[in-house]
Amino acid sequence: MRILGLDIGSRTVDAVWLHDGVIADAAVADSGFDPASVAAAFVQRGQHDAIVATGYGRHVAREAFGASIVTEIRAYALGAHALFPDAASVLDIGGQDTKVISLARGGKVSDFEMNDKCAAGTGKFLEVMARALGFTLGEMAAAAATADAGVQVSSMCTVFAESEVTGLVHRGVDRGRIARGLHESITRRTLSALKRVGAAGPLVFAGGVACNPAMVALISDGFSGEVLVPAETQIVGAYGAALSAD
Amino acid sequence: MTDTAAPDYHQMWSELGLDLPMHDALLEAVGGMYGSTFMSQSNRPEGMGYLDFVMSEVHGLRIKELHDFRKSGGKVVGTYCLYVPEELIRAAGAWSVGICAGAEWAYDEVEQILPRNTCALIKSMMGFKLGKVCPYLEEADLLIGETTCDGKKKAYEELGKLQNLHVMELPQMKRPKDVAFWRSELVDLIAKLEELTGNKVTAESLSASIKEVNDKRRALQRIAAARKASPAPISGLDSLLAVQVAFYDDVPRFTQSMNALADELEKRVADGVGVAPKDAPRVLITGTPMALPNWKLHQIVENAGGVVVGEEMCTGSRYYEKLVSEDATTLDEMLDDLAAKYLDINCACFTPNTGRIDDVIRMAKDLNADGVIDYALSFCGTYQIEGAGVAKAVQAAELPVLRIETDYSAEDVGQLSTRVEAFLEMVK
Repeated sequence: MRILGLDIGSRTVDAVWLHDGVIADAAVADSGFDPASVAAAFVQRGQHDAIVATGYGRHVAREAFGASIVTEIRAYALGAHALFPDAASVLDIGGQDTKVISLARGGKVSDFEMNDKCAAGTGKFLEVMARALGFTLGEMAAAAATADAGVQVSSMCTVFAESEVTGLVHRGVDRGRIARGLHESITRRTLSALKRVGAAGPLVFAGGVACNPAMVALISDGFSGEVLVPAETQIVGAYGAALSAD
Repeated sequence: MTDTAAPDYHQMWSELGLDLPMHDALLEAVGGMYGSTFMSQSNRPEGMGYLDFVMSEVHGLRIKELHDFRKSGGKVVGTYCLYVPEELIRAAGAWSVGICAGAEWAYDEVEQILPRNTCALIKSMMGFKLGKVCPYLEEADLLIGETTCDGKKKAYEELGKLQNLHVMELPQMKRPKDVAFWRSELVDLIAKLEELTGNKVTAESLSASIKEVNDKRRALQRIAAARKASPAPISGLDSLLAVQVAFYDDVPRFTQSMNALADELEKRVADGVGVAPKDAPRVLITGTPMALPNWKLHQIVENAGGVVVGEEMCTGSRYYEKLVSEDATTLDEMLDDLAAKYLDINCACFTPNTGRIDDVIRMAKDLNADGVIDYALSFCGTYQIEGAGVAKAVQAAELPVLRIETDYSAEDVGQLSTRVEAFLEMVK
């Protein structure tokens, strides 16, 4: 059986081709302004017998490709469990949402939480802050990792935080320290969400923001248990979606 | 809802002083919502045809009935909360209508009076008045408020500047002295109603209205009981609508129609007919009231493949579960019974309010719920605080629980849908 797992997110569309339970191929593409067309390109490869979609574009995929659907919560739980059978919890920081999932035996979801109205502290937040600091995402993460200390950034609202960051830059505060402060504030917010769902270690940290070494280091320092990062952080949802077909 | 075949009510609405263009816009929006929310459901009971008709005439025929009743000397009393005893209003010969507060309306005007961080229900209540789009409000000769939370209590001061309003003080504890106090509030209400209508509340008239309103609640109890079956014979949306309409519809007619619906549901249960597959996750919702036309959460749950089998809320079991004793023969005894029944409702405005948690657990078990959703409107402090205790108790009963805080806007529907879908995947 060949399953195409699609994770249609706000920033990227991720695909995993699962052939008889084994990952045969995987791909990540920018969502752009028309994520459905990006997903359609993966579908047109024709290397599948069935499709399972997750992510905020899952309902569109159901209409367009007749895909089955599964939520990101279940998909990440299944994907993380398959990659790390001992995992007790999952953290996914994606383009515009953050999910924390506490796992029961067998990769079942026992509790979860996600941001509701606001995309504070997500990948998009980091992108906006990098632009305000005149960094690429990679440069910002590197600067945050090497800064000796973080500067407190009090606002978590993307719009207000951007003004705050601009103000700090104008006052001559070191950009690396600001970058570190931003990463620290996301970490505090994330750790308290993990605490609320009773997340235990080992924790699988996935999603686009898990590509950011400064975030991984800060979460690993702050979390009480072990933190595991998959080799390819962005395809965990697509992998889990494909696995849900079995 | 402005069906071309329906009579034109603009003359009547104009006499009531409604803002006609805005009111047309409201009716169009609610009509559209009703169509996409209710009419798209599959395998609905035929008996829902009555509620479809009532909703299609929500600002038409029903208002005309109130209009004609008032022209013949009758009085209409508007209420906002189930603690205001409809029995007393009817015993004084007046008609009771629950005033809607379930949609975002005229918030720009509301926020000149109330803080932005006020719960959606209170803002909506003020918005319908300030926006001049609610014919029920304009038909009301008297409004009755109640001190069920600080927000409402203070908002009534503002509403009272615009319309004839009487506020009942609901105690916040349930000791014998609180019941006695609440009884004295009922006595004051009778005086107010007698002054308004010129009629006397007598043992005879009150006994008749107690029976009549009990019959309405009994009909709703039958519908609730049918929802225990699997597959569920009626959707949560349709069941919620029945209770929402119960607040303002003609009592005997509504009771008769709901009994007919219950007959049909009981037959469906016997035949194993349902509106959702047998394995659809069954959800109990508990929390703040869902005033008309707030169908947001039920729609999300049922679109995601779940079926709502009960509402532990004021637009649910709290409205119909308890009856007033029909044994009393004197007015004094009836007032004792009324005071006792109404103070036995478990609203989060009371302290302590452990009875509500018992109700949630009992209902979850009775209804074979697979999970419980705790629903709170933002800035409704009492329910939000109780939410943590409710969630803990549900988990202790080994049922999954999802806590949702929201308002009437559509901006969080996408995220809420994902959370609800994930919750349903979890409970399966």
